Amino acid sequence: MKDVIYLDNNATTKVDPEVFEEMVPYFTENYGNASSIYEMAHTAHDAIEEAREKVKNLFGAKKSKEILFTASGSESANMAIRGVLKNCENKHIITTKVEHPCVLNTFKELEQEGYRADYIGVDENGELNIEELKSKVTSNTALVAIMAANNETGAIYPYEEAAEIVKSINGNTVFFVDATQAAGKIKLDVQNTKVDLMGISGHKFHAPKGIGALYIKEGTKISPIITGGHQEKGLRAGTENTPYIVGLGKAAELAVQYLEFEETKVKELRDKLEQGILEKVKCAKLNSRTKKRVPNTTNIGFQYIEGELILLHLDEAGICASSGSACTSGSLEPSHVLRAMKTPFTSLHGSIRFSLSRFTTEEEIDYAINTIPVIIKKLAEISPFQKELAQMLK
Amino acid sequence: MWEYTETVKEHYKNPKNVGSIENADAIGEAGALACGDALKLYLKIENNIVVDAKFQTFGCGSAVASSSILTEMIIGKSLDEVEKITNKDIIEKLGGLPPEKTHCSVMGREALEDALNNYRGYKIGDNSTDKIICNCYSVTESAIREAVEHGAKTVKEVSDLTYAGSACGRCKGAIQKIIDSVIPKPVIKENELTPVQFAIKVNTVIETKILPELVKDNGGIELVDIKGKDVYVRLKGTCSSCPNSTATLKSFVEKKLKELIDNEITIFEA
Repeated sequence: MKDVIYLDNNATTKVDPEVFEEMVPYFTENYGNASSIYEMAHTAHDAIEEAREKVKNLFGAKKSKEILFTASGSESANMAIRGVLKNCENKHIITTKVEHPCVLNTFKELEQEGYRADYIGVDENGELNIEELKSKVTSNTALVAIMAANNETGAIYPYEEAAEIVKSINGNTVFFVDATQAAGKIKLDVQNTKVDLMGISGHKFHAPKGIGALYIKEGTKISPIITGGHQEKGLRAGTENTPYIVGLGKAAELAVQYLEFEETKVKELRDKLEQGILEKVKCAKLNSRTKKRVPNTTNIGFQYIEGELILLHLDEAGICASSGSACTSGSLEPSHVLRAMKTPFTSLHGSIRFSLSRFTTEEEIDYAINTIPVIIKKLAEISPFQKELAQMLK
Repeated sequence: MWEYTETVKEHYKNPKNVGSIENADAIGEAGALACGDALKLYLKIENNIVVDAKFQTFGCGSAVASSSILTEMIIGKSLDEVEKITNKDIIEKLGGLPPEKTHCSVMGREALEDALNNYRGYKIGDNSTDKIICNCYSVTESAIREAVEHGAKTVKEVSDLTYAGSACGRCKGAIQKIIDSVIPKPVIKENELTPVQFAIKVNTVIETKILPELVKDNGGIELVDIKGKDVYVRLKGTCSSCPNSTATLKSFVEKKLKELIDNEITIFEA
């Protein structure tokens, strides 16, 4: 494979070699079933509990028994939402228009099942409409789900404040936060918030794919959605995935250590990339405009040029990025996040997300800053909107 | 990600005949910025032969590839030959396109048709009684009519019989119209509607007469509430973010409801 410049870390990340190394013995040596009685099983059990402690620290939770291991961020969200609603009489639920599909589509399903759902909007800069949230919470509201950070724009939403507001209106409403795009990028301190549940996914912070976790505040009423054996205190049946849990633990430990690096070094490179593109490319417009943003993400709209075409040409140049726009994801609808922000059609179809990680180097960013304007210039020549593009050069 | 053939890749990487022609003899356009793809085709014609062709495309890889290969296919050909080129020919030349991308080749064909119409100053096929409804599979109105007469009652059933509407889906509204014209709808009495009858009627008109039109542009609409003669609706899909949504509501939705149900109806966005 040719050398690639990987700027799609919000899609998935490289497994940190240190993480991989810790996992290996649990495949071929300490492969015992953590529920069994012999020595090898104890080793697995102890490794799982050690990982639980490390994941607890990433969440900033009080007790490690508040951590449940799942197979993905999507499972964490499904478990949080459905697991809680099983214990609720009320049929009203609230989320945002900019959530990840794992929450949005679960809500759509629940609407089919008889729940009433409200979807909170964002303004043109992508800031969450807290007043609208306030107006929707009632005595019948069973659950509110708000993401900590947006996967497409990197916007950080004020979930702590939102949880305070929701609980002050209805103390029984359960508050779930999808922190998949926040974990490892910004500090989480869940024990000092009113949040009841928080989900994360390992492969977004250098653990492998197929492992996630859900924080469940002690005392939260929740039922399993996968039934069977007694694993995870009866909350999730299925033999514990020891090597992946160990990997998640190590990745969580490293993520905590690298937080400052993310907020300084990674942010510096992200800003350099962003400013570099915006300065050199006249038709580029910044979509990530919230006051607070995760340090690794930028989303830029290239006006009058279509997103898939840009990605295909970036790929040719060895740059991996992504777009929520029409043609890439297999759906013909443009990004629901950018549409919720009322992004104009001129750049809606040509918006590209660049997301960095601690493995991104300055050389890679320099290459990207030099290459992207050349590609955009070439593609702008194909566009039928020459008059409009010329206008921007003035 | 899509599986593109080597020919498609070659044409989006290094598109041929990009640009415009000054004093072009014919210009054809298809698509729109809002829909995510648009194509402008320029032709230089001498003695009924296309001597030069250039294009500008806003669109994905397969849209650019379709436009690029189309210009190669028509340069040097007579107008009679060019006229016969279908979107299927474009797909064939590209070595295939993913089914979801069929509309990219259709856009090429549409721009070509538009250019030829502009050149001649009249529309080919205006007098033809059998126009093509589904461009992706070249299914004609009479074929769809026949399918309905043979028992197809829904768009899905028509698709199963004729393939029409099963690729890009843009003609689903048109297919519904043909179904409606073949299968007579029960007539609802105009006088003295109860509130429930009124609501049902408004909803029926929205779903059968208005929604199919909006769906063509990837939009949608749903009835939210009715207070007296005030009808509250919510626009969905591309319509919900369309800057022209107010115009759509007033000039199309309200007009249609007034025309078909009651002249006193006023429309509001919920």
